[in-house]
Amino acid sequence: MAEAAEGGKVKKILYVNRKAPYGTIYALESLEVVLIGAAFEQDVSLAFIGDGVFQLVKGQNTKGLEVKNFSPTYRALEDYDVTKLYVEGESLRARGLVEDDLIVPVEVVDGARMTEIMEDQDVILSF
Amino acid sequence: MKLGILISEGPYTHAASDTAYQFVKAALAKGHEVIRVFFYHDGVNNGTRLTVPPQDDRNIVQRWSELAAQHKLDMVVCIAAAQRRGLMDAAEAKRNGKDADNIAPGFRISGLGQLIEAAIQADRLVVFGD
Repeated sequence: MAEAAEGGKVKKILYVNRKAPYGTIYALESLEVVLIGAAFEQDVSLAFIGDGVFQLVKGQNTKGLEVKNFSPTYRALEDYDVTKLYVEGESLRARGLVEDDLIVPVEVVDGARMTEIMEDQDVILSF
Repeated sequence: MKLGILISEGPYTHAASDTAYQFVKAALAKGHEVIRVFFYHDGVNNGTRLTVPPQDDRNIVQRWSELAAQHKLDMVVCIAAAQRRGLMDAAEAKRNGKDADNIAPGFRISGLGQLIEAAIQADRLVVFGD
């Protein structure tokens, strides 16, 4: 991740995921940006806050919804060198979830730390 | 300052496109450079020339087209989001075997890479969404 394709500029880009996965298309289309964006070799992180934490819950079954279950894609992020996934602990707890319920390894952080992570970015894309 | 703009909501339902329009206009008036306006999610619907809003209301699509013509704005509609939602130019219509296209003047269809590129090249990427 040291060298970027675009004129040597490496920016810190944070994708903030705020919505549950199937009620709206934001989660899926956010993931599409992350996958395309990986080719630009930037310093990428993902944040999951609020209902966004539901995107990472294990054992999603969308058969009855007749919608594609895209949750396995989060496991593929590692192959794209996207490894910094931050989940807000308060959001998890408020929804009765623990780290073990999640499909990929993440760093659980509190709201104050999440604020610091956001402040540290060059670009924040919020979905 | 070099600005990149992301618009994530369609016209009329959400204020995002209106707010972005006012922001872009004000930024240009202050001498800032808007390197790209990128339309994603339902935001792609800002690029259809087939909207017919009531006469006494603002015409969001037309307003964007006019601003783009005045300032040579690069207004890009995400191709994947556009395909899902039935927004296409003549080339896309032909490629997908559709009998019509609906893209408004001043908009072009391209990939998500254009969003990331704008994020990298701009001093600030400003997101207008829900």
